[in-house]
Amino acid sequence: MTTTKEGLKHIYIHGYIIFWILIALFPVVWIISMSLNPINVLKPTTLTIIPKNATLQAFKEVLTHPYAGAPIPFYVLLVNSIIAAGGTALLSVGVGASAAYAFSRFKFPGRQVGMIGFLLTFMLPTTATLAPLFVILTLLKIRNTLFGLIFAYTATAIPFAIWNLKGYFDSVPKDLEEAALVDGCDRNSAFIKIILPLSVPAIAVTFLFGFMNGWMEWMLAWTFLNKPQNFTLAMTLYNMQGQWNTPWSNFAAFSILISLPVIVVWFLLQRYIVSGLTLGSVKG
Amino acid sequence: MVEYGDIGLWEKVRRNKIAYRYILPAALLMVIVTAFPIFYEIWMSFTNFTIVNLKNPHPSIVGFSNYIKIFKNQVALENFNFLRTLLFNIFWTFANVVLHVTIGISLAVALNSPGLALKKFYRALLIIPWAVPSYISALIWRNMFDTQFGAVNQLLGKIGLPNMIPWLTNPNAPISFLSFLSYAFYACLITNVWLGFSFMMVVATGALQSIPPELYEAAKIDGVNERGQFFMITWPLIRIVMMPAIMLGIVWTFNQFNVIYLVSAGGPLGTTEILVTQSYKLVNPAGVFGIASAFGLIVFFILLGITLLTNRVTKATESVI
Repeated sequence: MTTTKEGLKHIYIHGYIIFWILIALFPVVWIISMSLNPINVLKPTTLTIIPKNATLQAFKEVLTHPYAGAPIPFYVLLVNSIIAAGGTALLSVGVGASAAYAFSRFKFPGRQVGMIGFLLTFMLPTTATLAPLFVILTLLKIRNTLFGLIFAYTATAIPFAIWNLKGYFDSVPKDLEEAALVDGCDRNSAFIKIILPLSVPAIAVTFLFGFMNGWMEWMLAWTFLNKPQNFTLAMTLYNMQGQWNTPWSNFAAFSILISLPVIVVWFLLQRYIVSGLTLGSVKG
Repeated sequence: MVEYGDIGLWEKVRRNKIAYRYILPAALLMVIVTAFPIFYEIWMSFTNFTIVNLKNPHPSIVGFSNYIKIFKNQVALENFNFLRTLLFNIFWTFANVVLHVTIGISLAVALNSPGLALKKFYRALLIIPWAVPSYISALIWRNMFDTQFGAVNQLLGKIGLPNMIPWLTNPNAPISFLSFLSYAFYACLITNVWLGFSFMMVVATGALQSIPPELYEAAKIDGVNERGQFFMITWPLIRIVMMPAIMLGIVWTFNQFNVIYLVSAGGPLGTTEILVTQSYKLVNPAGVFGIASAFGLIVFFILLGITLLTNRVTKATESVI
């Protein structure tokens, strides 16, 4: 039963929430509207939701000529992005899972230091070690390659994978492995045959996070790579932003194309993102 | 986990051999991609390493001169001012996190009102800003703040407000008593508040759900008003869960490269420069690797201090480690 007073209160609450929803949606609606602009309109002069002569031409344009500087097809950029992001995710989950297992199950000397070390590097911004990375990768002659880029990405991807997976392994009961160990199973097979199969969802989630981070990274890619055939989708978008004569509709269409998969995956994994981030606190 | 009594360190190490073996691959990679670069950075910070040394990596040792140049603002980069950048960076973090937390909690409390319709629908829409990659949102907002063609000014014009605000080009301060904050600061602030409030809202929502409703009923019977209920029940109980999130928020915002670099690029006249954007510019385009290394290490120690300090205050990592 709601009284008039409570009904009135609910109206205020709805109003407050709707105000923030309008703010949350404003840039999203704007970018969608922009992407539908005909590409002969360089920049918009009025605010509309569905522009005059709405068209999907901009999407077609960026899929056929994504990079103004050289005739690089869209699929090459796509493959490069998949190599850089997928390679990083694979490498970091691979080495991260075994390290996370050790941090979760053993109380060895140096454990605390190691864990803090990994956490600190996770918080260290990429630009703080950009100078030595640039120089070292240049001297090794791999700076201008996707391989070098994967190397640079793993610096943040590994600590992230360890952090994420350790939290999950902590929640897997130890009795399962202990029973197996009593039955004569050794540590390695306990880890591979019991813990890993149980952790498939967590590993998949960690892989996807690593992938999305690599997919959306542009700063290192833009700084390290200068051959257009190595370019990734994210850095191509940054380049597009810098071109004065590129219509905003192309920029908008390209943004939507590359971020839509990330947004969809994000909504599917939402549950894990929140639990992963708050795991530390609920455990306490 | 087995607890050991009074056995020697070496014995403990020996018994845990397998743990080290599990960590080895990750540790090895981290040594290559992080530890070695940091040591190399320490060496580089004492040299005059520049672009020419990329072909011939034998720069001369210059002692502390890179560090002195940074503190005395004698770096050959326009508008370089270390102290201004650091102070702005701290203010920027403070302003953002306060807004994120206030807006986030207020929305979480609003969504938590008993019997409110459309809750799930509202929540799904309100987390959109968090779902969009920050790189994309920063680029979108940058275009939206365009003086002539941007959506922000066009919207202001539609509702009859001043609509030629020079968001990204005017180095002056729109609010005179906050003279160190240019228009671009507000543009970056709006962008980053948009980007970050959803996260705090989601964390606060989770925390609110763990509060038993009986507490509020008891408070109501005792005649405590809603404000009192918030400060006596809600905040004390959600604080513990919010703290790690706030600490993450502080570190993220302090290092918010994408928003600053893509929206204002640190300009105009360096008024919105933060440490990470400055440190990027020293590498690209400046190419002064020696100074960039010294700067990177200074940033490293500042962050270490902030992390330890916030960690002490919030005890965020205690349970994880």
